[in-house]
Amino acid sequence: MQRRWLFNLQLAFTLFVCAFLIVPVMLSALAGVTENFFFGIKSGFTFRWIIEVWNLYSETMYLSLLIAIACLAVTLVIGVPAAYVLARQGGRLARFIEEVIVLPVAVPGLAIALALIIMYGGFRDFRTSWVFILVGHILYTLPFMVRSVLAVLSSMNFRELEEGAASLGASFWQRFYTVVLPNAKSGILAGSLMVVTLSVGEFNLTWMLHTPETKTLPVGLADSYASMRLEVASAYTLVFFVMIIPLLIAMQMLSREKRQAKIADDDPLSDLDKLNLQKDKL
Amino acid sequence: MAHREYPTLFLLILPAAIVFAAFFVVPMVNLVAVGAAGEDGFAAYYSVFTTPRHFESMVATVLLSVGVTAVALVISTIAGLFLVRNRFWGRETLISFLTFPLAFPGVVIGFLVILLAGRQGLIGTISKAIFDDKLVFAYSMAGLFIGYLYFSIPRVILTVMAAAEKLDPALEEAARSLGASPCQVVKDVIIPALKPGLIASGAICFATSMGAFGTAFTLATNIDVLPMTIYTEFTLNANIAGAASLSIILGLITWIALFIARSLSGSTVASSG
Repeated sequence: MQRRWLFNLQLAFTLFVCAFLIVPVMLSALAGVTENFFFGIKSGFTFRWIIEVWNLYSETMYLSLLIAIACLAVTLVIGVPAAYVLARQGGRLARFIEEVIVLPVAVPGLAIALALIIMYGGFRDFRTSWVFILVGHILYTLPFMVRSVLAVLSSMNFRELEEGAASLGASFWQRFYTVVLPNAKSGILAGSLMVVTLSVGEFNLTWMLHTPETKTLPVGLADSYASMRLEVASAYTLVFFVMIIPLLIAMQMLSREKRQAKIADDDPLSDLDKLNLQKDKL
Repeated sequence: MAHREYPTLFLLILPAAIVFAAFFVVPMVNLVAVGAAGEDGFAAYYSVFTTPRHFESMVATVLLSVGVTAVALVISTIAGLFLVRNRFWGRETLISFLTFPLAFPGVVIGFLVILLAGRQGLIGTISKAIFDDKLVFAYSMAGLFIGYLYFSIPRVILTVMAAAEKLDPALEEAARSLGASPCQVVKDVIIPALKPGLIASGAICFATSMGAFGTAFTLATNIDVLPMTIYTEFTLNANIAGAASLSIILGLITWIALFIARSLSGSTVASSG
């Protein structure tokens, strides 16, 4: 009896916390499609604000997508090989490098942006191009790619597989492409989703690095919060959610799959072992 | 084959190393130098203590972050433990909802606080209907507190749940059969077992709150938290040395906090959002 009561109390509490997180998101989505938020939904449903956002800010969405894709390409090309080297070498130096590589996540974006502006702000063409923002995003997302791939590689014995391939005469690059990369696939996928999500939503660095010609989606959002009516700001936020939520769902599905795979792994006997055991009994 | 391949391995890590050195290490070292190159020289690094405005902003930011961390830990432990120990319909959905906001940028969270507690906000509308008094607190420290809590809860819940899943139910059963009250079980069995996870996620939460910029930026530019002070020093007062030295100090604080978190848990859900 008392347990039931305790369960309900805890459930109510958890639901309240959940409401605190979700209700504002729903309010924002609702405000984006109502004629006048002050009078509520009864003032009518409209796509007017979303169309207005599209006309005013569509360029920020294209730029955010461009930067996110470029950022993903760069972190894949430089991050995956780096993670492989770190996984192979191990030891104190590798751990030190790993620690240094995570620094841009630990240091507030504002400080990194300031450092970049003071150092490279003088190069006009660089400063005013979107590549300047891209550099900031690469620094910020690279640790996630490296750690994600590193985690997968460290959790399995890829050296043994590689040695097997080498003994059959595979060259270094053959092994890298046919043994290492396919085995690191889940880490690469998780890292990629993370990189794109973080890049699309990055504000702290981007606000300092942007110019009037290079506005990304979050920069445009800040702009609309400061100067537009609530409905337009809400509609813009709604567009942002529509862009980012599929990425978040994909990420959650991936981590759930991994968790389930882990649980299966915890079973000390694989299906093959069990089959063999049965065979022995017979 | 290992030693023969050192040159190839070196080549593989080289691009990342170059990008990192050119755009992070060198600019950051330069930032440290710039911080000391103002009229005050190295004394700029003491400005956090000697300039009243900087000191006040530092104290306010630390207090806010500690407060948010404490409240987020309590809330997330209760909800996280509940979600790990009970299986019920809709549990997975509830977990998804609780962890979604993890990737929302600070600016968006600031706007959500405005919708909740701003001039046209939900809380104001409800309080007006009931008490005939419009409650508006989005544009102050209280609004910032709510915003920071918003982005802290998902991070902490994830860590608490991961730690709670490893908890051995037999220990609790044993304590109970030996006559421990539910309160004693929580105090003597559950909390000690969750402690490393709680410290780690608390440190992450503290670091994130210290460095958060977007939320304060959306809510009000006159709330003096450290990132806002750095921003005003740089853009309005053109005090580049001051902004640089404050950023370095802020970076050191968040890095130390996250270092503690990493050495305790080994995994991070951290970012300076």
